Amino acid sequence: MDLKDKVPQHPSFTQHQQKWEDPSILDYSTRIGSPFLAFNQSHTSMLSDNRIKAPVQDGVVNQLVQASKVQDWDPSAMLDNLSFLEQKIHQLQDLVHLIIGRKGQVLGRPDELVVQQQQLVTADLTSIIVQLISTAGSLLPSGKHTLPAATPSLEQSGQFGGVVFPSAQGPLNDGFQPQNAGGSKVSGLPNSVDISRKNGNEQNHIIEEHELKDEEDVEEGESLIPGTYEILQLEKEEILAPHTHFCTICGKGFKRDANLRMHMRGHGDEYKTPGALAKPNKESGSEPTIIKRYSCPYTGCKRNKDHKKFQPLKTILCVKNHYKRTHCDKSYICSRCNTKKFSVIADLKTHEKHCGKDKWLCSCGTTFSRKDKLFGHIALFQGHTPAIPLEEAKAPAGPSDQGDGNQSTNKVGSMNFNFSSNVSSESEVQSSTDIKGSIDDPAGYFSPLSFDTCNFGGFHEFPRPPFDDSESSLAFLLSGSCNYPQKSED
Amino acid sequence: MSQESIGNTVGASNNVNRNATNINLQDVIREMDRLLQQRLRPMEERIEQLEEISLEGQLSQRRHNSECEEEYDGEIDDEQAYEQATRQGLRQQEPRHQRARPRYKLPVLSGFLNSTQTPMKKQKQDNPFNLVAEEIIFIILDLLNRNSLAIKSFSLVCKSFYAVESKHRCSLKPLRQERLPALLSRYPNITHLDLTLCSRVSDASLSLVSHSCASSLRSIDFSRTPLFSTYGLLRLALNCKNIVEIDLSNATELKDSALAAVAEAKNLEKLSLARCKSITDMGVGCVAVGCRKLRFICLKWCFGVGDLGIGLLAVKCKHLCFLDLSYLPITNKCLSSISKLQHLEELILEGCFGIEDDSLAVLKHGCNSLKSLDVSTCQNISHNGLPSLINGALGLRQLTLAHGSPVTSSLADCLRKHSMLQSVKLDGCFVTDDGLKTIGNWCASLRELSLSKCLGVTDEGLSSVVTKHRDLRKLDITCCRKITDASIASITNSCKSLTSLRVESCTLVTREAFVLIGQRCHLLEELDLTDNEVDDKGLKYISRCSELSSLKLGICLNITDEGLIHIGKGCSKLVELDLYRSEEITDSAILAIAQGCPGLEMINMAYCKYITDRSLLSLSKCPQLKTLESRGCSLITSLGLKAVAVGCKELTKLDIKKCHNIDDAGMLPLARFSQNLRQINLSHSSVTDIGLLSLSSISCLQNMTILHLKGLTPAGLAAVLLACGGLKKVKLQATFRWLLPLRLVQYLESRGCMFQWKDKVLQEKLDPKCWKLQLEDLMP
Repeated sequence: MDLKDKVPQHPSFTQHQQKWEDPSILDYSTRIGSPFLAFNQSHTSMLSDNRIKAPVQDGVVNQLVQASKVQDWDPSAMLDNLSFLEQKIHQLQDLVHLIIGRKGQVLGRPDELVVQQQQLVTADLTSIIVQLISTAGSLLPSGKHTLPAATPSLEQSGQFGGVVFPSAQGPLNDGFQPQNAGGSKVSGLPNSVDISRKNGNEQNHIIEEHELKDEEDVEEGESLIPGTYEILQLEKEEILAPHTHFCTICGKGFKRDANLRMHMRGHGDEYKTPGALAKPNKESGSEPTIIKRYSCPYTGCKRNKDHKKFQPLKTILCVKNHYKRTHCDKSYICSRCNTKKFSVIADLKTHEKHCGKDKWLCSCGTTFSRKDKLFGHIALFQGHTPAIPLEEAKAPAGPSDQGDGNQSTNKVGSMNFNFSSNVSSESEVQSSTDIKGSIDDPAGYFSPLSFDTCNFGGFHEFPRPPFDDSESSLAFLLSGSCNYPQKSED
Repeated sequence: MSQESIGNTVGASNNVNRNATNINLQDVIREMDRLLQQRLRPMEERIEQLEEISLEGQLSQRRHNSECEEEYDGEIDDEQAYEQATRQGLRQQEPRHQRARPRYKLPVLSGFLNSTQTPMKKQKQDNPFNLVAEEIIFIILDLLNRNSLAIKSFSLVCKSFYAVESKHRCSLKPLRQERLPALLSRYPNITHLDLTLCSRVSDASLSLVSHSCASSLRSIDFSRTPLFSTYGLLRLALNCKNIVEIDLSNATELKDSALAAVAEAKNLEKLSLARCKSITDMGVGCVAVGCRKLRFICLKWCFGVGDLGIGLLAVKCKHLCFLDLSYLPITNKCLSSISKLQHLEELILEGCFGIEDDSLAVLKHGCNSLKSLDVSTCQNISHNGLPSLINGALGLRQLTLAHGSPVTSSLADCLRKHSMLQSVKLDGCFVTDDGLKTIGNWCASLRELSLSKCLGVTDEGLSSVVTKHRDLRKLDITCCRKITDASIASITNSCKSLTSLRVESCTLVTREAFVLIGQRCHLLEELDLTDNEVDDKGLKYISRCSELSSLKLGICLNITDEGLIHIGKGCSKLVELDLYRSEEITDSAILAIAQGCPGLEMINMAYCKYITDRSLLSLSKCPQLKTLESRGCSLITSLGLKAVAVGCKELTKLDIKKCHNIDDAGMLPLARFSQNLRQINLSHSSVTDIGLLSLSSISCLQNMTILHLKGLTPAGLAAVLLACGGLKKVKLQATFRWLLPLRLVQYLESRGCMFQWKDKVLQEKLDPKCWKLQLEDLMP
């Protein structure tokens, strides 16, 4: 995916054009710049007073970033930030008032106009809120700066895009980044650090197991020597945003820049010029580029640049897929088996292609498409045994085999139930001892009842090899139906 | 019974009663043994008298009850079968310490001694043996174990003896599953159940077994009985908690689900799955996970099992000490996990074509515990890979490289460090002189050397080995066609303690050389001279080997009655004699053998055309005779057969193919007296429907070959097949396939009977000389 194509070329944005042509930042800034574009554009059209303020804000933010780069925590910069927030909140208030006022006036008017105006207002609202959040995030005192080579323009654009790049490196920005970003946790720092750290570590195991999927995406990147490449880190919102390209006029979001350009043609003839329709910055590809790699914002993750064995992600797509797979709920459920859950829709589609063809079944209910994976799984865990498919068991004779098969299906059912439910850490301990007990009791072990105690906490019981060696045999833990992030939030 | 085995038994019971008694059981046993020798017979007689006095009512009633008699008949079969099992050494393996024995007291012993010596009438009780602790009777029964008839008669003496015998028996080999309920209720302490003779075993029988022997059963053998399902196995595995051994060999229809059932037997230590062709990695995986205590597993010919299953087995079952992976499609991948097994002693990789030289490097540092290694017929293992395989296992005792790469000095060099190596088998390899010399130099404690069908073995090479290893016990030089008298001379010169020598088809060895064998190797127990130039003079010297138990003289055209008369006089311990196509033999030779060797169990007189009924008459004096092959002896008649049937009660295998003079008159006495007959070949004889039908009274009969019987009609055949309920295998002419009703065939097959349809055309009689020449053409 060539990200350079997606830099929007907008006449009203000339001040940034210059900087964006710098190839070193293109990949990143284009994407994150887009929301800002929308914001800026909406201001030009809607709120005339804001148009004047915009450059000032730029300057403020710039200073702010510079300051925070030089100093870990500068009270004056913080004050500036706070006043900026105040400004923004006022803007927000105005907007909301505007909306309310409109609603009162609009009653008798034609619908189209109302819809258009509402769209514009919503787009404005969005961009302001994004700015608010990002600035609030920058209020947090930042400890480290692991981004030595960041250019001012990058920071600037990052700032505009609502991403707080340098300040996001703070020790607090671990597993609880989303909540913390609101700035509500500025007080009571030491305690929250400890707790969150712990949780982060606890989840690390599982997170890294799942990581293996992404490694396939970044084969080349692994051999890079640290320091020879630039590390970029996106924010959670950025990663999870459904659309990265927004129409500056109506605010409609698009996943691809090309689609946005096609859309823009509908807004007027000025967007139909060859210059506006061409892929932006095509020629810049010839210049030597600094290799860029991406870091996951999730602290404790192996893909986070603070991790000891940090392994960078190669592209933004990798970041997105990684973040969704590893740190997000699995909301897509396979409609065929109603068992497997995915957080990336492409994974679901891939699975659906093979769903039902997984003939290698373990007694724990996990299915495998390859026999060697099943045997690797069984070799690893005590008490797991290959489950003979029902059809075969039925074939030779009568009632026993059916019973056998029923048993195995029961197992599957009960396991699924358990996987989807979350448990507190206390019950984890208990359940792991339960599993021990049930192993000792051979008769009861495979009955569905005893499996009720087998939840994910129980898996801490099992010996865990170094992740580098484990290949994908462990991937089943997460490829199944468990929800770790959810658990951590409890 | 030897003192040693008694000692073992006592050791076992001692463990149980260690705290309960201070008596030296060893002495008691010796005393018992002595008593047994002197008094058992008179004792039995006395007891019989006694029972007539005191127990006449019940016992006579029992005797005259026809139902009971029938039951006893059935048990006779079982006794015989059981006896057979004992002979095969099956029973010696299981200790009987499971049984809870009554506390043993010295006064009881004295009481017992008194009771046998003093008149019984002083006792108030009906039976003086009520005073004798069961413990002592058990010991007596242990001593009687070899003689099933004795145990049988013991149990028939009186009620209490019957009860004691029921408690004592721990091994059972029933003939028909229909008898299982009665047998199992009679014998509550069965630990070993051998169902190989049952033509079919239903799930109902298995669940019966699992209920009645729930805690006692330790070992069960299903090999050759394929008709049972997963359900029965599951019941067995779940109910019999103490089961440690299951033999499922030849269950070709067995599926993975059955193995999943077997996996429920958590204490299983020994599992044989040879020729279970339908099982796959999944089933083996179940067993690997379920049976963690597994020590012995045989997966020979399980073609569906591959690297994954074996790898998992090696990972999960850490205690494995015997692993038979013959003819499995395994490759290098599972070898590394096998090499990590700490207790592995015996590894058989025969015919594993997927294993290559490169992979064997994995084994360099593993398998220290390995004692026996078999890499026969592994085509992809050459002299490059073998060293790494062998060098890893320094404790190796036994090495089999049959049908493999040429044995050169470089290959033999890797045996340098193996001073423990006792047995080397190189059957079918190309062996160079240098290779043999190197083996001779390195293997310090060699006891057994097998060079059967090895090309390239010369006098020089063989002599260099045998002169270095004077303690050699077993030597096999079958079909080493280059060796001459010189080799025999050096063998007999240096290896005087040989117990087994096989010299089959060494055509360059002259008749004089065999004299040397008889002169020098007096300890020989087994001698194979098939297809050699040995003559009467040679046999005369060989008759000095008084320990000889097995002698094979097939196709020795130079021998006559004179030589065999010497053998009959000298080798009184002869058990097995093969005279196949030694055509000069006549009745007088057989007479001498029958008189001189009372323990004869097997004799092959096939195609000895001068043999008549007189031979059979003389053989009828050998009570132990089990196998009689007189194929193509056209002079023998039904009369001779009758004599054998009456005299040899133990007869289990009879081959009278091409005995044209044997007709229905011979079958009737056979049906009447040979109740142990299990296998019969009647092809080309004059037997008709009626004779065959009479055979149905032999309940043991399992295997019948009836080709080219002129008097056989389809209707008669159908009646015979229906009447012989225990049949497992029948060879018939293919023409009958379409003459028999299809439903009958299906019914018989569901009963466990297997049909082999032969459509071989009747061949002209082969001249033995011409036959021999053909053989030589085949093997230059």
